[in-house]
Amino acid sequence: MDALNTYFNSYTIVGVFLVIGILLPLVAWGIGALVQPHEPNEEKEKTYESGLDPFHEATVKFHVRYYHIAILFVIFDVETIFLYPWAVAYDKLGLFALIEMLIFVTLLLIGLLYAWKKKVLKWM
Amino acid sequence: MMNEIMTSQPSWLNVLKFTGLGVALILVVILFVTYAILAERKVMAFMQMRPGPNRIGGKLGILQTLADVLKLLLKENITPKSADKLLFLVAPVIAFAPAFMVMAVIPFSENVTFANLNVGVLYYVGISGLSIIGIVAAGWASNNKYSLLGGMRAAAQMISYEIPLVLSLLGVILLTGSMNLNDIIKAQDNVWYIFTQPIAFVIFFIAAIAELNRGPFDLVEAESELVGGFSTEYTGFRWAIFMLAEYFYLFAMSSLITVLFLGGWQPVMFLGFIPGSVWFALKFLFVVFLFLWIRFTFPRIRADQLMELGWKVLLPLALANVFITAIIKEIFFR
Amino acid sequence: MIRTEEMLLNVGPQHPSTHGVFRLVVKMDGERIIEATPVVGYLHRGTEKIAEDLLYTQIIPYTDRMDYLSAMTNNYVYCHAVETLMGLEVPEKAEFLRVISMELNRIASHLVWWGTNLLDLGAFTPFLYAFREREMILNFLNELSGSRLNYSYMRIGGVKWDAPPGWIEKVQDFIPYMRKQLAGYHDFVTGNEIFLNRVQGIGKYTAEDAFNFSLSGANLRCTGASYDVRKDDPYSIYNRFEFKIPVGENGDAFDRYMVRMKEIEESINIIEQACEQFPKEGSILGKVPKVIKPPAGETFVRIESPRGEIGCYIKSEGKTKPYRVKFRRPSFHNLQILPKLLVGESMSNLVAILGGIDIVLGEVDG
Repeated sequence: MDALNTYFNSYTIVGVFLVIGILLPLVAWGIGALVQPHEPNEEKEKTYESGLDPFHEATVKFHVRYYHIAILFVIFDVETIFLYPWAVAYDKLGLFALIEMLIFVTLLLIGLLYAWKKKVLKWM
Repeated sequence: MMNEIMTSQPSWLNVLKFTGLGVALILVVILFVTYAILAERKVMAFMQMRPGPNRIGGKLGILQTLADVLKLLLKENITPKSADKLLFLVAPVIAFAPAFMVMAVIPFSENVTFANLNVGVLYYVGISGLSIIGIVAAGWASNNKYSLLGGMRAAAQMISYEIPLVLSLLGVILLTGSMNLNDIIKAQDNVWYIFTQPIAFVIFFIAAIAELNRGPFDLVEAESELVGGFSTEYTGFRWAIFMLAEYFYLFAMSSLITVLFLGGWQPVMFLGFIPGSVWFALKFLFVVFLFLWIRFTFPRIRADQLMELGWKVLLPLALANVFITAIIKEIFFR
Repeated sequence: MIRTEEMLLNVGPQHPSTHGVFRLVVKMDGERIIEATPVVGYLHRGTEKIAEDLLYTQIIPYTDRMDYLSAMTNNYVYCHAVETLMGLEVPEKAEFLRVISMELNRIASHLVWWGTNLLDLGAFTPFLYAFREREMILNFLNELSGSRLNYSYMRIGGVKWDAPPGWIEKVQDFIPYMRKQLAGYHDFVTGNEIFLNRVQGIGKYTAEDAFNFSLSGANLRCTGASYDVRKDDPYSIYNRFEFKIPVGENGDAFDRYMVRMKEIEESINIIEQACEQFPKEGSILGKVPKVIKPPAGETFVRIESPRGEIGCYIKSEGKTKPYRVKFRRPSFHNLQILPKLLVGESMSNLVAILGGIDIVLGEVDG
């Protein structure tokens, strides 16, 4: 029973922290709004463009050059999700799981090496 | 006291108590942030052979940060005309909320623990990754080219360090057999993991600096390249929230390193009569100092170099570390 | 169809890393630069035009403000040009004072470059170390000329003030200190892995490119071409001193860094020798007519400033005011290669390359 209560209470804390984390900026801004000046004008509302009037929108279709790496990232992130439970339960699983995991990671590493050779890991 | 509340039946009263404790924690952390900023400036100043802040609050500038915060509070909030207004407002909150949430799992001493999650490590890593969304959103919403570049760099940086960061923790988890941070501390009764997992520590520390966006990995802000990066358009207290989030993470990450590798509140050898919280504070401050020291010593790394470092050096090393640990454990400790 | 868009980005005039009001319009695709167009002129003050309406002596303060980090060399090149035009003899003591002050100024200028370049690369601390030493040099020059930055110390035919008592000894004491600090700089920065990654192989060009773009100074010598006006076309009393011309090999940002660091060393050597040979007696101003009125004619002289070959062309019609004064400003010429270097680089490299070229905007814009 204790364990179950601890479990629920722990996630209650997480929830409470989330709410506090959201509220703190809002409360701070609320206090700020009471004391801050608010006199917008056209010059102030321009975005920074190294001292000149901004030209062109900045919200362009940006060329994300590390797109391939981002895909690799997803693959390896999923891999770590498999590794975590394996690491926790390693004592109980033993040698067989170790070899299994080695094969699994080796496969991924081959993929990484392939990407490496294909120069995917170069950003520029 | 904490144990009693934790094992009691979940109720609204508990929620209230937790809120009180959470607010208390946030006050402590804000106090830390206030003096971490001062300490940072002082340490920086001493390393650069100058006095640092020394006007407000006596020779040591005790009240300097307070004055800075007050100044920020009194500054006008400017929203650029061309910005995406809603996202521009929400982004600091997205960046900040996870910074506080991650602290829920960190055991600060035997008695001062909050959430006792069995997935503690995973929780930390997962939640802290959310802040990046806030930073990318801020970069995009500002409608400023420098901010956009900063935001994109934030994403690039995240995909470079996150995998080594997560993998380096596996060594610790392998040795402990649990992701619960309390268990990890207890498992370091005799030997700290910094000694049994030195490679993991180094990888984790490097990745942690990248996660904190601090020098030499402060590519997201990079004031000499991107002026202010994602925060270029933010003024006053909106900017302060980003700053606060950064220092909250400094607090959380230093705590996490203390817990994972330096034995948390475990005393050194026979010095057990000193309370655990003091030990925690000492180790914690040492880690914070390391972060500051590195920041003022190194030039900034380039974004693509960080990516190559992450994928070509840290990732293979971290994987190797995991399997070496597993094999050693298989052979010698079975 | 999904495609990405190019983005036009303004780097400068108000940007932390352009070292003044230099503007660079950069066309970017992602973070890669496709095209870079420098826009200069934000600090243009028309020094050359103003000079046409001034007496010869009145022009000296204007030369200070061109390359404000090494005003001594600017003073010198102008005075040297007028002296050449008039055929004036400069007393030995004045030449010594000129050389010492110019070399001190060269060290100070390189220190500023060292600090700010590392600041661009994201290292804050070296900047303050560099400025600590620079402060001492500025104090020396202050004692000598009464000014910390815009010295106007040199006069046509000599210098304005003699060295105050004990000044030479103070400079001599500074020499070993500076050598020690320089070794410290190398310990602190030169071997740093991140620093090397940031500068090695960045902004590379060949000696041929450098000549074609008429680069000079460390920007030329980093490619291996050994060209220094102090050696190749000696002026003042530089042929009395022994010093080397440091050259690089690869023509990258790291070589430019090393060349400048070694130049500091050589400047220290020159100052050391000059202080030893410094004549106790002698006048500091030659026989100069009350009204300076060079004979009709023209002349061009060149010297080595910290940034490269600075030249001064004067055309006189025999009046009290010059008909035309023209300066060959090395920063401006060194900047020419920038658009070529930036193509295909990232934003981070832009800062490293621009910092490595070492421009002073006052000089670029004249």
